[in-house]
Amino acid sequence: MTTATERSAPKPEFTDAEAGAKVFPDSTARRYNYYTPQKRKQTHYEDVTVEVQPDPRHYLSQGWLYGFSDGIGGYPLEWTALKAWGSDRPVPERFPGSGGKGYDWPAHGWHEFRDPNEEWELTLYRYNANVVRQINQNVETARQSKAFEQWNPNWVTFVERNVGAWMHVEHGLGLYLFANANRRAPTNMHNNAISVNSMHRIRFAQDLALYNLTLSEEIDSFDGAAHIETWNSDPAWQGVRRVAEQLTGIDDWAEAIFAANIVFEPLVGELFRSHLVQQASPGNGDFVTPTVVGAGEYDYSERDLRYTKAMFQLLTSDKEFADHNVGLLNQWLSTWTERALAAARELQPLWSQPDAKPPRFEDGLDRAKSRFSGILSELNLQDPKELTK
Amino acid sequence: MSRQSVAKAHEKIQELAWEPLYHKPVSQYGTDYTFQKAQKKDPLKQVLRSYFPMQEEKDHRVYGASDGAIRGNMFRQVQERWLEWQKLFLSIIPLPEISAARAMPLLFNTVPNPELHNGQAIQMIDEVRHSTIQQNLKRLYMNNYIDPAGFNSSLRNFQNDYCGTIGRQFAEGFITGDAITAASIYLTIVAETAFTNTLFVAMPAEAAANGDYLLPTVFHSVQSDESRHISNGYATLLMALADEGNHQLLERDLRYAWWNNHRVVDAAIGTFIEYGTKDRRKDRESYAEMWRRWIYDDYYRSYLVPLEKYGLVIPHDLIEESWNQIWNKGYVHEVAQFFATGWLANYWRIDAMTDKDFEWFEYKYPGWYDKYGAWWENYSRLATPNGHNPIALEDVDYVYPARCWVCMVPCLVREDMVMAEVDGQMRTYCHEACRWTDTVAFRPTFQGRETPNMGQLIGKREWETLYHGWNWADVVSDMGYVRDDGKTLVAQPHLDLDPKKMWTLDHLRRCPPLGSPNVVLNEMSPDEQKAYHADYIRQGPAGRPAPATA
Ligand SMILES: [Fe+2]
Ligand SMILES: [Fe+2]
Repeated sequence: MTTATERSAPKPEFTDAEAGAKVFPDSTARRYNYYTPQKRKQTHYEDVTVEVQPDPRHYLSQGWLYGFSDGIGGYPLEWTALKAWGSDRPVPERFPGSGGKGYDWPAHGWHEFRDPNEEWELTLYRYNANVVRQINQNVETARQSKAFEQWNPNWVTFVERNVGAWMHVEHGLGLYLFANANRRAPTNMHNNAISVNSMHRIRFAQDLALYNLTLSEEIDSFDGAAHIETWNSDPAWQGVRRVAEQLTGIDDWAEAIFAANIVFEPLVGELFRSHLVQQASPGNGDFVTPTVVGAGEYDYSERDLRYTKAMFQLLTSDKEFADHNVGLLNQWLSTWTERALAAARELQPLWSQPDAKPPRFEDGLDRAKSRFSGILSELNLQDPKELTK
Repeated sequence: MSRQSVAKAHEKIQELAWEPLYHKPVSQYGTDYTFQKAQKKDPLKQVLRSYFPMQEEKDHRVYGASDGAIRGNMFRQVQERWLEWQKLFLSIIPLPEISAARAMPLLFNTVPNPELHNGQAIQMIDEVRHSTIQQNLKRLYMNNYIDPAGFNSSLRNFQNDYCGTIGRQFAEGFITGDAITAASIYLTIVAETAFTNTLFVAMPAEAAANGDYLLPTVFHSVQSDESRHISNGYATLLMALADEGNHQLLERDLRYAWWNNHRVVDAAIGTFIEYGTKDRRKDRESYAEMWRRWIYDDYYRSYLVPLEKYGLVIPHDLIEESWNQIWNKGYVHEVAQFFATGWLANYWRIDAMTDKDFEWFEYKYPGWYDKYGAWWENYSRLATPNGHNPIALEDVDYVYPARCWVCMVPCLVREDMVMAEVDGQMRTYCHEACRWTDTVAFRPTFQGRETPNMGQLIGKREWETLYHGWNWADVVSDMGYVRDDGKTLVAQPHLDLDPKKMWTLDHLRRCPPLGSPNVVLNEMSPDEQKAYHADYIRQGPAGRPAPATA
C-alpha cells in the first residue's frame, strides 16, 4: 500500500460550479431518481443503500458478467425457496436489437424491503462504538470498586462456564450463518442488514471473551479456560451446540435467518440470557454481567429482530406468494421449533447451579414461548404444534 | 483500549474459534486449490473493542470535512471537467466495494484458518463502510454541484451503460467462480494490493488539484482500511503456496487478474487523471509516472517479486506488456478518445482539450500531438450542435472499434486485436492476453488438469449488439440519459450549460442508426472476416483507418 504524498496544488480558481448558479434542464433535479422510496420521502439510508446491488430484471441490461462453474452469476433469487411477487417472471431476453430495458422498477417484491434500523456505515459504527465504550466503562468501574468480590463462589463457576460458553454460539452464528448469508440475498438492503447483524454477533462474542479475560485477571479462582471445556463436553450445552451447528449448515439463506432470529433466539438465546443470566445475577451479587449480556440482548431484541420481522412480514403478506411463503415458513417452524426446544430443555440443569436460584426453568421457558408466539403472530404465522409438545 | 494489552486481548479472542462436532457448516463455494500443507498464517490483529471506536473517529473526520466543504463553498472552486468524470467513477465504485464484502464468505469454507475468518468478517464490514460512504459522497455532489444530472440517475445508469459494464468486472470477479481465484487472488492480491493505489491515492490527489478536497478525505479514509485487507490476502497467498499443486493455478490466476485489472482500472483511472484534470503544471506526475512508481516499483518489484522464492510464478511478461501499453501504445489516450467519441452514450459531460492541455500532453508523452491532436481539435469544432452530427457519426478519421469480448473495453490498440470463434460466435479481443482469458483460463480444464470450480464468463458482453439497428435517440431514451425537460441529453461534449448549446434527442433522431461491429462481423463470410482482421490491425493510432495499400 502506498501512502499519499504531499502534493503542491494549483491556485484555487473561481469556477462557480455551485448548485443554483445557473438554470438549465435538470438544474434542480437533486434526488436519486432510479427508485421509489418506501415512504413519501427518500431517506438518507435508502439513498446510500438502494440499487447498489444491480438486478438484470430491471436495469442491468447486459446481465451478469461472471458466473460460477455452472454459469450462474450474481444473486440468484433461487438461493431461497421463498418468493416475492414477480419472482417467477423470467429475466428479460437480450439479443441483437433487443434494447436494454427490463421490467419497470422494482421488477419484483424483494426490492421493497427496507431495514427499519436504517443501518449504514455512519449508524453502525456509532452504535457499536457506543456499545463497546459503555461495556468498557462498566467493567472498569466494577473492577475499581472491587465489585467482583461480592460474587457468590458458585456464581464464579457459573459465569466462567455458562456465560463463557455462550460466546461460542455468538461467534459461530455470527461468522458462519450471518456473515455467510451476506453473499446470498437478492438485494443490497437485505445483505447490508445481514452483515450488520453479523457484526453484532461477532462483537458480542468478543465482548464476552474479553469480559472473561478481565474476570480471570480479577478473580483468583476464575478459570478463564473453563468455557472451552463446557462448550466441548458439558452435556447441558451439547443440545445448544448441536442446534447452533445445524443452523450453520442451512443452505437457504432466508431459512437460516428465520431459524436463527425468529426461532432459536427467542426459545434458546433469550431463555438463557434474559430468563437465566439476567435474572440470577443480582441475587448472586453480580451487577456487572447483566450489563455485558444486556448489550447482546439489546442488539437482538431492538435491532436484529426488528429488521428480521420487517423482512418476513413482507413475504407473509406478499401479493402473489403469501400462501407459498406461509406454507414454507410453517415447515421451517416445525423443524426448528422442535430442535430449539430440545436444546432449551437440555439447558435446564443450569437453573439449579447458582446459590441464589433464578425463577424456575419452566416459568422462564413459558415466558420464552409466549414471546415466541407473539413474534409469530406479528408475522401472521401460527404457533407450530411442536411448541406445545 | 483499557489495561488489557492488545496482544492479550487478541490471544483471548482466538479462544472463540471452534470445530464443529455434530454438523458441518454449509459448503456453497468450491475451489480447485488445496490447503493440505499450509501452516496457518496470522493476519493483522484486530479486536472489535478498539476497531469500532477507531472507525467512528475516522467518520468524525470525514463528516466534519463534508460540513466544512459545504460551509466553505467548495463548489465555487471545483473544476467541472473533473467532477463530471466523478459521475462515472462514483456510479461504479460502490458496487466493487460491496462486492468485496459479499466475497468474504467464499473463503470461510475454502481456507481452513479460523483466525483468518475473523479478519475476513472485519473486512466485510469495512466494505459496507466503503460502499455507503461513497454513495453518501455522491449524494453530496448531487446536492451541491451545479449539474446534478448523471449523479441523480447514477445507479440506473451504471447498470445499463457500457462503461459501467466494464467497471462491473471489478466487482463480479470478486464474488463468483473458483473461491480462491475470485475472493483472494483477483480481489485481494491484485485489485486491492496493486490497484487501490491508483484508485484511492492517485485519484484523490488529482481531485484536490481540481478544487475538490472532499474526495481525498473520503478516499484516504477508505484506503486506511486497506492494509488490513492486504494482510488477509497475503496470509491466504502464503498458505496457498505451501501446496505445490496450487502453483499452476496461482500462475493462471495472477495472469488473468493482473491483465484484467490493468485493462479495466488503467482505462478508467488513467482517463480521469489525464483527461479529467485542469492541472497542467509540468511538475505534476502523469498517470504513466504514477503507475511506474506505485504499481511497477511498489507492487511489482517490492511485493510480488519477493514471492518468487516461495514458488510463485509471476507474470513478468504481462507486467512489462502493461507498461508497454501505457507508455508506448498510448492505452490511456486511446481509451479517453474512445470515451469522448462515444460521449452520446454516456451520462456525464466531457470537456474538450485545449492548447494548454496539448502542451502538457506533448511534454509528458512526446509525440502525443501528432497522434491525437487533430482528433481533439475536431472534437472541439463539433462540440455544440450546428447542423452536424455527434463526432462518432462524422468523418474525422476514426474507425469505430470492435469490442473486446473479455475486458469489454474496445480493441483500441488496433495492431493487437485478435479473433477466435468460440461457442459458435466470432469474437474479437483487444489483446492475446484477453483471448487467453476466454479460451484457456476460464475453462473446466487447464493445461490438462481438471478445474471444475473455475468460473465462466457470461452475459451479453457487447453493448452495441443490444442496440443494433436502433436510432440513437431511441437508444439514449431507452437507457434513460435524458434530462427533466424530456429532450436534452444528460451527456454533452462540452461544459456549457446554456440550453441552446446543449444536444437534444432531436439532434440524435436524424443520425444514422447504431451498428454493432460484432453483429456485422458475424454476418461475414470467413474470407471477409480474415480481410476485416487484416485491415483492423493496420488501423490506428488514434483510431485512424488503415492506410490505403499501395
Ligand atoms: Fe474497500
Ligand atoms: Fe480485452
